[in-house]
Amino acid sequence: MRYSGWQLLKQGLRGNAGWQPAWRTPVLQRSYDAIVVGGGGHGLAAAYYLARVHGLKRVAVLERGWIGGGNTGRNTTIVRSNYFFAESAAMYDFALRLYEGLSRELNYNIMLSQRGVLNLAHTEHDMELMTRSVNAMLLNGIDVELLDAKQVRDEVPLLNFSPSARFPIHGGFVQRRGGVARHDAVAWAYARGASDLGVDIIQNCDVTGWLREGSRIVGVETSLGRISAGVCAMSVAGHSGVMAEMAGFRLPITSYALQAMVSEPLKPILDTVVMSTATGMYVSQSDKGELVFGAGLDLYPSYAQRGNLPTGQAIVAAMLELFPAFRRLKMLRQWAGIVDVCWDYSPVIGPAPVEGLYLNCGWGTGGFKATPVGGWLLAHLMATGQHHALSAPFDLGRFTSGMLVDEAAGAGIAH
Amino acid sequence: MLLIPCPWCGPRSEHEFGFGGEPAVRPQSSASDTEWADYLYMRTNPKGRNTELWCHSAGCGQWFVMERDTVTHAIHTTREMGA
Amino acid sequence: MTGTRLGSGGRIDRGQVIPFRWGDTVLQGFAGDTLASALLANGVRVVGRSFKYHRPRGIFAAGVEEPNAIVDVRIGDRHDANARASLVTLQHGIVARPIAGWPSVTRDAFAALDLLQRFLPAGFYYKTFMRPSWSRYEANIRRMAGLGRASHQPDMRQFETRNIQIDVLVVGAGPAGLAAARAAAASGRSVMLVDENPDFGGSLLWQDGTIDDRPAADWAAATTAELAAQGVTLLPATTAFGYYDHNTLGLMERRATAAPGWALDRLWCVTAGKVVLATGSLERPLVFPHNDRPGVMSAAAVLRYLRQYAVLVGRSVVITTNNDSAYATAAALRLAGAEVAVADVRTAPGQAAKDATALGVSVIPGSVVTDTGGRLGVRWADIGPADATSKKAATRRVSCSIVACSGGWTPVVHLFSQSGGKLRWDAAASAFLPGIGRQDHQLSGGMNGVTSLAECLASGHRAGIAASGATMLAAPRAEPAAVETPLQPFWFVRIPGARQWLDLQNDVTVKDVGLAARENFQSVEHLKRYTTLGMATDQGKTSNVNGIAVMAELTGRGIAETGTTTFRPPYAPVSLGGLAGSRHGLLYSPRRELPAHGEHLALGADMREYGGWMRPACYPRLDETTAAAIRREASAVRADAGLFDGSSLGKIEVCGPDAAAFLNLMYYNNVENLKPGRLRYVLLLREAGTVYDDGVIARLAADRYLLSPSSSHTAGVLAMLEQWRQTEYPAMHVAFHDVTAAWATFVVCGPRVRDIMASLAAEIDLSDAALPHMALADGHVLGVPARIARVSFTGERSYEVSVPAGYGPALWRHLLAQGPTPYGIESLSVLRAEKGYILIGTDTDGLTMPADLDMSGPLRAKKVDFVGRRSLTTPDGVRADRRQFVGLLPQDPNFVPPVGTHAVDASRKSLGWITTSAYSPTVGRSIALAMISGGRARIGDVVELFDRGRVSQAKVCAPVFHDPAGEKLHG
Repeated sequence: MRYSGWQLLKQGLRGNAGWQPAWRTPVLQRSYDAIVVGGGGHGLAAAYYLARVHGLKRVAVLERGWIGGGNTGRNTTIVRSNYFFAESAAMYDFALRLYEGLSRELNYNIMLSQRGVLNLAHTEHDMELMTRSVNAMLLNGIDVELLDAKQVRDEVPLLNFSPSARFPIHGGFVQRRGGVARHDAVAWAYARGASDLGVDIIQNCDVTGWLREGSRIVGVETSLGRISAGVCAMSVAGHSGVMAEMAGFRLPITSYALQAMVSEPLKPILDTVVMSTATGMYVSQSDKGELVFGAGLDLYPSYAQRGNLPTGQAIVAAMLELFPAFRRLKMLRQWAGIVDVCWDYSPVIGPAPVEGLYLNCGWGTGGFKATPVGGWLLAHLMATGQHHALSAPFDLGRFTSGMLVDEAAGAGIAH
Repeated sequence: MLLIPCPWCGPRSEHEFGFGGEPAVRPQSSASDTEWADYLYMRTNPKGRNTELWCHSAGCGQWFVMERDTVTHAIHTTREMGA
Repeated sequence: MTGTRLGSGGRIDRGQVIPFRWGDTVLQGFAGDTLASALLANGVRVVGRSFKYHRPRGIFAAGVEEPNAIVDVRIGDRHDANARASLVTLQHGIVARPIAGWPSVTRDAFAALDLLQRFLPAGFYYKTFMRPSWSRYEANIRRMAGLGRASHQPDMRQFETRNIQIDVLVVGAGPAGLAAARAAAASGRSVMLVDENPDFGGSLLWQDGTIDDRPAADWAAATTAELAAQGVTLLPATTAFGYYDHNTLGLMERRATAAPGWALDRLWCVTAGKVVLATGSLERPLVFPHNDRPGVMSAAAVLRYLRQYAVLVGRSVVITTNNDSAYATAAALRLAGAEVAVADVRTAPGQAAKDATALGVSVIPGSVVTDTGGRLGVRWADIGPADATSKKAATRRVSCSIVACSGGWTPVVHLFSQSGGKLRWDAAASAFLPGIGRQDHQLSGGMNGVTSLAECLASGHRAGIAASGATMLAAPRAEPAAVETPLQPFWFVRIPGARQWLDLQNDVTVKDVGLAARENFQSVEHLKRYTTLGMATDQGKTSNVNGIAVMAELTGRGIAETGTTTFRPPYAPVSLGGLAGSRHGLLYSPRRELPAHGEHLALGADMREYGGWMRPACYPRLDETTAAAIRREASAVRADAGLFDGSSLGKIEVCGPDAAAFLNLMYYNNVENLKPGRLRYVLLLREAGTVYDDGVIARLAADRYLLSPSSSHTAGVLAMLEQWRQTEYPAMHVAFHDVTAAWATFVVCGPRVRDIMASLAAEIDLSDAALPHMALADGHVLGVPARIARVSFTGERSYEVSVPAGYGPALWRHLLAQGPTPYGIESLSVLRAEKGYILIGTDTDGLTMPADLDMSGPLRAKKVDFVGRRSLTTPDGVRADRRQFVGLLPQDPNFVPPVGTHAVDASRKSLGWITTSAYSPTVGRSIALAMISGGRARIGDVVELFDRGRVSQAKVCAPVFHDPAGEKLHG
């Protein structure tokens, strides 16, 4: 069923009784050509592209809970491609370009709002590093602008421009094509698109082990029984370590809780996404009016999808330091997702050390913006057995060669 | 907020501690690239009971070993290094 | 105008009249009122508009669960853009106004949207607004959305945080909580009792009952006084908003007064030995057609407004219920003179109904409200059979101004759930009740499914004893409850097409849940996200259970199977300023000042922050630009003499018999063969082989070293040394001590430096033979203990003079009086750039390895397995195209390419970037340092530079522009 304003009129006149399920509830088959473990945005996107780009007919997505219930539904919805290294820029910009066409391709409004992503500089040294980054991005074909303090003030007058501010604002840079999108809608749109192409989306299906034939993985053990597959992939974010352990290998990944919060809804007050490296803070205002914000990770590894109080306070304090007017507002909700933080803050995409299994993990705090490209590259690997040119630098093998894609280090942040 | 029983100072607030990762055995410099990468980058990252290094950095400054559940955040034991 | 104030009764002070503004009108209330009760007493019905359809909304509840009465409140300089009228204590100076409605809340032009409601079902926006793109629509939709209007003025109030440990924390001061606190206090342990209301007592303040032979409210007051006398910490008007790990709770106190400049909100972070949860329960609505009109209220709220605030919300009231609790409201209303009819879905309502009938209440068993009417508030209600499936069912129209409803009670399990506890659906109680808990707590009263007063007291008492170990105390007694007729679950009226609201604020109806079910958004979380049910500022307190139950019925599943959403902090919205507390400004991130800070200020220094330290960038004279000052200062150092404050440079003493061996395992360079009294420039790597820090290491004695890490890395280096000693080399005998703050260090350098040093009357032999370059000596200068080191970051003959920090300002003044030019960091940066000395974090980044800096000697010469060694020989470590540190001479000698400019190849691919650049007054041209791919092999080549579209050329050269032989160091 095609969605449109006309369809809303038509169905409205018929009491809205004619709407079809957004995705089918299929009968689970015992064998598939391809199985993607993890029904988040990345997994659903992979299944969609397997069917649409590579023409696979028998594809299943296995989700332990409900689709889009992990980090897809818990992030702060920022999309951007303002990365330093050519390898990252190429990949994230491909994601952003897919995002730009996604609502129309999937006939589902993901509410991509390209309102700009503004990064703040608080010292002259920050400005120098930003100049380095901006030039790198421009050379990599990413459209960004360096702003001086006055230009930042014109864009976001609410920032703390007081001379006594703890983090004075020296300038910043902006990617106009960056912005936010409706996170849940991305998962639902891919689910609907994939389901329409015949992909089976199986919810409440817990993968408890890998089926092997010799050294090769040939399927999964699940709470709903054994399912065999021509090729398997894992796209499970924070639970990557658990899945890897079942397959007998380790990853350069640690799982942490990353908190996010929203304020009560307000009339429009902030029109762009604002980020600050010095405080780690990022904030935007949702279309509903809530300020959506976050900052650093909790201190210690965690699989609990909840944040702790000290980090929560630090996140709030970081935002208020930059937006003193927001001190009067109230926090409505605080939550956390389990993010798979990779050693070099770049993802791992490629074959697993075990045959028959592909990896899409390590996106850490930045997975949402990469949803389309994570799915695209994983689908390419599963369908062809070969790296896409964009995923090759992100192979697990980089940790043996030492050829990391260390964005934080590249941007001058020692960690 | 965690209340962490430092083996030297007793229970103290999480604020005073630093997390130091999973203990790993440092290979000889003759290690292969793969062995070195495994030590340097690979993590077990278990869901559930985990053995971790922590430091009472804003207290006695001592490193110690902690057994902690990564799901419930319950702390099972803490002990001095090497104990 | 329906609500009226009764002439007597209530917990208000009629002697204290409080005028307040509501929109354009001035109304009056009394001390003891909330804004909501005062509005009702003044007959105000419409207080807001719903989020989506802009339907008129009236006050529904009396507490934290209020979904509708979200208003803008200003009191003096305080402002709450989304205040909940039921939680605002009425006080002098309140200016309140509705947040919705144009031109007014009663005449809202956007109400026309309601006419389009059939075309705007749940999630309609996912299905349209795609062409040409969402951005075409977004701005208008954003303007329509949102609740209050936030102030743009910075809020400069100070916020306070308290951290506290307590033996027993009791959350909730209703009957169960008071009984628990009373029992716990008897144990002698430290006890804290919190409640979100300004008065303790909870439902005791407005419900019937007798405890220990006195009226319940009196018992509550007496018990509260007793607890205060026993030293129990009492926190009224305090919301326990979050239950975190290890029995830590976040409490937000809203104080009545605070010192000038201080906020009323105060955060308490409480770590409790035991927690008693006595959070009570909230009445949930009974859902029926057009149940969203102003005048439709929670039955319990109607009773509370009557008893606590003496407000009769209407003279003719229809009550619709599925349980006994609403009969208390019916009886009280009747006694206050109202006409009351009760539509009870149960066919045999039992004793409570009989008692009400005896009072003159008209009870209609087996019935429910099937419709309501009235444009800006209820004017009539239809009462029809509870099993009605059509609008044509036989109904009776009753004229009324209030429809009070009760769909049962929802235990407040939020904190329990946040703590990690699992919930279970209890069909008998028709509620989600606590299941398996994960933390050290006791559960009591309404939140644990207890309904009668006697049992609430008993369960609270038991919980208090269990949490504290108290003994020998009798539990408070209340009359046993009358036998109740069980609640009959009733989730919505089966009239197809009728609009029945579940979430009043977000406009989510039963039909929307039906649509979600049809479209496969059947998981509770999908339901919530797709329809926005429970996502409003009340976070579903009145709507979640009803919504889940409707979904369960529509999908033919049980409620237990359908499940519930996760409860997340905060229980109720809490102030962001309060959460951040004292973490603001310098308490958020402190700045360090140099011992001679005041001297620099006196000289008019341009102070800037460098790695957490406030340091002089340069010392501009009046009418001198920064650039000119830097040029002047740098030139003066080369031509005459300069004075620099280097006190922020790290100083870590390392001592012990294994100091030499340990440092040799840590540092890239050999430090074991360093002679006492001598210095060496060294690098410290990370285990991944990249350069973490550089600095000078001094050997003070065979078993004692002094490290000088970069200013911003001192703490990190110290931590790293400790970690390696404790975790990797525990058998080594070596200790570290950060003495940075103990010393003031000034650098004197330049051709005239020996004259200045002579003025110090140093009891230290300063001859080149005794103190050559890269040596140090201890002694006295000007009569105070001092250490003098010969080390240079400018390329000039240079002396670092260190004295105890307290002598810093005096020494600075003495040195300055000898005539050297004071120079700041930015001038130093020019000087060190001329010499090609790197600055860590500026010329290097997290990827730089020693060989990239042309420092590969130690790797060949050194035998031990120092930190990071193995990583230097990975395939990445030995790549030919690694970026290498080189100099650049711009083709235009007057053009200084900005730091961050890239060097590019013919295809405009980046080869690397400029890390430092300056106009060198010494060389008389622009110079730059850069990290360039394969840079050393390019020396002599011309490369293209790129800066935001601007292209220029530069010649690659060795990274030294002045005195390459280093003769000046000894000059």
